[in-house]
Amino acid sequence: MQQFLAVLIDAVNYASWLFIVASGLTLIYGVMRILNMAHGSLYALGAYTAASFVGFWSTHGYFPAGVFLMLIAAAVTVGVIMGPLIERGLLRLLYGKDEIVLLLATYALFLILEDVIKLGWGVDAYYVSQPYGLLGNVTLAGLSYPLYSFVVVGVAVAIGVGLSWVLNGTQRGKLLKAVIHDREVSQTLGINVSRYYMVTFTVGAILAAIGGAFTAPQISVSLGIGVEVIVLAFAVVVIGGLGSLPGAALGALIVGLARSLAVHYWPAVELFCVYFVMALVLVFRPQGLFAAPELRKI
Amino acid sequence: MSKRLDPALAVFLALLAALIAFAAWLPAWAQSLLSIALATGMVVLGLTLLMRTGLVSFGQSLYLCLGAYAAGILNSKYGVTDMIIAVGAGALVAGVVAFLLGFLMATYRHIFFATLSLAFSMILYGLLVKSADLGSTDGFNLTAPTIMGIKLEGALSQRYKLILGAVLAAIATIGLWRYLRTPLGRLAPAIRDNELRVEYMGASVRHAVHVKYTIAGLLGGIGGALAALAVGHIDPDSMAYWTVSGELVFIAVLSGSASVIAPFLAAAVFETLRMLAHDYSPNTWQLSLGAAMLLLILFLPGGLASVLVRRSREPAP
Repeated sequence: MQQFLAVLIDAVNYASWLFIVASGLTLIYGVMRILNMAHGSLYALGAYTAASFVGFWSTHGYFPAGVFLMLIAAAVTVGVIMGPLIERGLLRLLYGKDEIVLLLATYALFLILEDVIKLGWGVDAYYVSQPYGLLGNVTLAGLSYPLYSFVVVGVAVAIGVGLSWVLNGTQRGKLLKAVIHDREVSQTLGINVSRYYMVTFTVGAILAAIGGAFTAPQISVSLGIGVEVIVLAFAVVVIGGLGSLPGAALGALIVGLARSLAVHYWPAVELFCVYFVMALVLVFRPQGLFAAPELRKI
Repeated sequence: MSKRLDPALAVFLALLAALIAFAAWLPAWAQSLLSIALATGMVVLGLTLLMRTGLVSFGQSLYLCLGAYAAGILNSKYGVTDMIIAVGAGALVAGVVAFLLGFLMATYRHIFFATLSLAFSMILYGLLVKSADLGSTDGFNLTAPTIMGIKLEGALSQRYKLILGAVLAAIATIGLWRYLRTPLGRLAPAIRDNELRVEYMGASVRHAVHVKYTIAGLLGGIGGALAALAVGHIDPDSMAYWTVSGELVFIAVLSGSASVIAPFLAAAVFETLRMLAHDYSPNTWQLSLGAAMLLLILFLPGGLASVLVRRSREPAP
């Protein structure tokens, strides 16, 4: 029983992390039909920037709890700078092209950003343990957990609720849905589609960076974290259905649970099981669990 | 429909013949570079065949890796050191897997084809990193290969790997060139342009894609086995991880799909640049790669092939 509870807690923690990253990916795909491979680099940029910001804050000895603000500030900085830069500077030139061309373009961007990070922060690993140490541990079902990992769960829930509220409950969200439904008709009705695209991409970039920033305290921020996360986030959004927010949440939970079960009961299949689940879902529902199938064009 | 050999292909075959004849005079680094480029070109040849059909596989490392491991396992675990058997085994294993997965893949298109192929390649990666018998993430070394019972050592071994690669590249390009002139081969661009009309015409799109997918897998396996022989070492990170597939896609974009020799040229360009970058600027290699890819997408979407193949009346493969 205790072990089963531990499996569940690990699954939820892992799923929250996955959901934060995957939500931005699925948002961008849903609105712009871009499967953004550079998402992994934005995640890594968020983590590195968070490391720098938290380091700065700590060495200057301001009040300790401010490090959490620094995590958010780092994510917003990365998103607000990189989002418009990428969308206006590159992706805008490729709208209307095949989805695969856009996938390749963002892959090229991913390669560029990987080296930009290397040039900016060097090849050494960074450690951002301050927010982690600040909160201490909690005991749950006889097992000790760092309280920080539940902060990440909270952030994931807040993002999920926040995004659904914006999409379903506000006028802008409804307009965005119109853009998703039919870009050209929305434009003729006076919606500034290119601004919606830019804002969407920026929000997606911020979400990726939040994922990185809030993960930074739990890991050593080193080269290659973006490479690892993007393919996992891919698995999550593909399982849930590209462009679907509830799908991303469900996908994150499925992947989280699969991995957690594997780690606890059969560690040899840890990586294998994630992609096995992905392939299994794709075999039976190519469009993922939540997305509607596309109509064939004649 | 001309039966005559395409001039660009003829020049390429002449180059390969020259390479075989003068392999002994090439410096060791050039032999090694060209062996790897020929191996990579073989895998990319398969990718461009899929691209002609409008499909981009983001998991072609699956077949590269299957071919490499089939050759490697035979070589170092069972002591079958013959190079030709190694390549045959790589082709067989990859071809059979591609044929089986092809039943499924042939029904997928666009982004779904890309993601499902990615998933399959990552499944293999996940299996390999945990298999202690095959050295997990460290992989294992191959023992010195032989060819038709002749022991090869040092420089001689290097030369025969190059010659084998060149011979196979010649066979593959001629074979694919001929295939692309058959009715089934000619369906590729039609499927890319409009699948439904191809079906109205009475052709089975699913069957055509299945055949192309199997050929691509087969070529991937041959390339993988050649790469394993050329490098002498195999491990999951440099054979199966998704970044390997990404590199292959990059070379395929650089190559373009309109010519059967462009993949080999693109692979040679890529491997040369990688060697130079490794020596002069290791920290900006990916940056230059990415920038080059963006420029290609924006300004030369047809790749090197579009330069090689002049727009003639006949859509040349």
